[in-house]
Amino acid sequence: MIPQADARSIPTDAPLLDALAVRGVSRRGFVKFCATITSMLALSPELIPQVAQALQSARRPSVIWLPFQECTGCTESITRADAETIEQLIFEAISLDYQHTLQAAAGTAAEQARQDAMRANWGQYLLVVDGSVPLGGAGFCTIAGRSAADILVEAARGARAIICVGTCAAFGGIPAANPNPTQAVPVSQIVRDKPIVNISGCPPIPNVITAVLVQLLTFGELPQLDHLGRPKVFYGESIHDRCYRRPFYERGQFAESFDDEGARQGWCLYKLGCKGPVTYNACATVKWNGGTSFPIGAGHGCIGCAEPGFWDRGGFYDALSVTHTDNLEEIALAAGAGVAVGAAAALLARKKQHAAARAGDDGAKGELP
Amino acid sequence: MSGASASALAAIAVRIERSSGNLEPLLHQIRHALLRLLEEQVGSCIDLRSLPLAPGEQEQLLAALGTGEIRAELRASGSSDILETAFPGVWVVTHRDVHGEVQARFIEVTFSPEILCSPRQDVAAGLLRLTARLSERKELA
Repeated sequence: MIPQADARSIPTDAPLLDALAVRGVSRRGFVKFCATITSMLALSPELIPQVAQALQSARRPSVIWLPFQECTGCTESITRADAETIEQLIFEAISLDYQHTLQAAAGTAAEQARQDAMRANWGQYLLVVDGSVPLGGAGFCTIAGRSAADILVEAARGARAIICVGTCAAFGGIPAANPNPTQAVPVSQIVRDKPIVNISGCPPIPNVITAVLVQLLTFGELPQLDHLGRPKVFYGESIHDRCYRRPFYERGQFAESFDDEGARQGWCLYKLGCKGPVTYNACATVKWNGGTSFPIGAGHGCIGCAEPGFWDRGGFYDALSVTHTDNLEEIALAAGAGVAVGAAAALLARKKQHAAARAGDDGAKGELP
Repeated sequence: MSGASASALAAIAVRIERSSGNLEPLLHQIRHALLRLLEEQVGSCIDLRSLPLAPGEQEQLLAALGTGEIRAELRASGSSDILETAFPGVWVVTHRDVHGEVQARFIEVTFSPEILCSPRQDVAAGLLRLTARLSERKELA
């Protein structure tokens, strides 16, 4: 066992290993932690020793977390306050200097803590934002008498990087859904001169949030990002690409309703509105609830919550092929073709996606294979 | 999630669907890793999370590998099982959190999994503790 120390005696710039030791994590426990994190990061298991080596000496970064127009689901996702998890361990390993939902301090003391942390770590702290930012006028989201946009601009100035947790901070999310009464925008529309990592999802997978923080700690650099600013390691493939129901799609075996024989057999949910083919996230592999399952595993299609504008992209139960069309005859004809329905639906979807892409609809970037 | 609910989730029966076709290639990969271990003395590790296995396929894989002579349990930040399979040199290492939820599962092809070895720093710390204890006994005597 690593010699333990009193939590109060650990300075904020102490190595991560020391911070974990306070939690009673042994060296073998630390290796286990590194193995799990390496797996989460989708890195080769051969890299576990290097990750352990880097994390041993990594310093605890100062993190300032600003919640704006959000539902606290993202915070809930990562904290999972009812279990001691890897996510909680990493929270012990960072120096969370401001998070007004979690911290005990309130009012002037809370704002002073944020100002102090910013001053002490200027240019070095990580700024985490969840929730969108309203531009529709004062009063929509005001903290300590200041607008969310004002606080964001000030905090971003001294940040090393910004991590947008959740679809609201990344793309506007539900607050920005039509008719967008608060004129909500994502962080990237306000801050343009800092590196931004978007960890989208409503909420994001907690392990993904943790893994991005660990990647920063381990390698001292941001992960490789896709064209929407999301870490490619988690958002590089569509839900459909990694879905265990994919073989049913290939064979043209689809559930037609949530209680038919196809649903009972676990067939593909494409025709019940699954947005897996145009949604990029790691739900199918990392999964939820400690790797237990994910929505498709529970019998419900993906709703596409990690993509821009997911709330305004038609009904959750409309098949992708008909989301942007009124031509129901097309899919009906395809459905009548028996086993050929998979290919027919795929061709139809591809046609629609090309049309959507031409119309500048970025959410439809996915190509059905 | 409470420990009780985690156990309940784990207890729900999983329907074994038609194989996604990953099982056979995986067994071949393990065979090649064993060859490499014998010929080049180089171990390998497969992260089962990285594979799109259908429900039940992981259980099929574990059944195909069987159980061998050694079963070790690590108690650190939750439990971990280190099992030798029926094929010596092929180990299944499962890491769980404090509530028994699986956090990661690896197939290690090695003579002995690294995590079983005592960390050098812990051995050094243990040596100091034992030396101190012997000194105390000597003083008491």
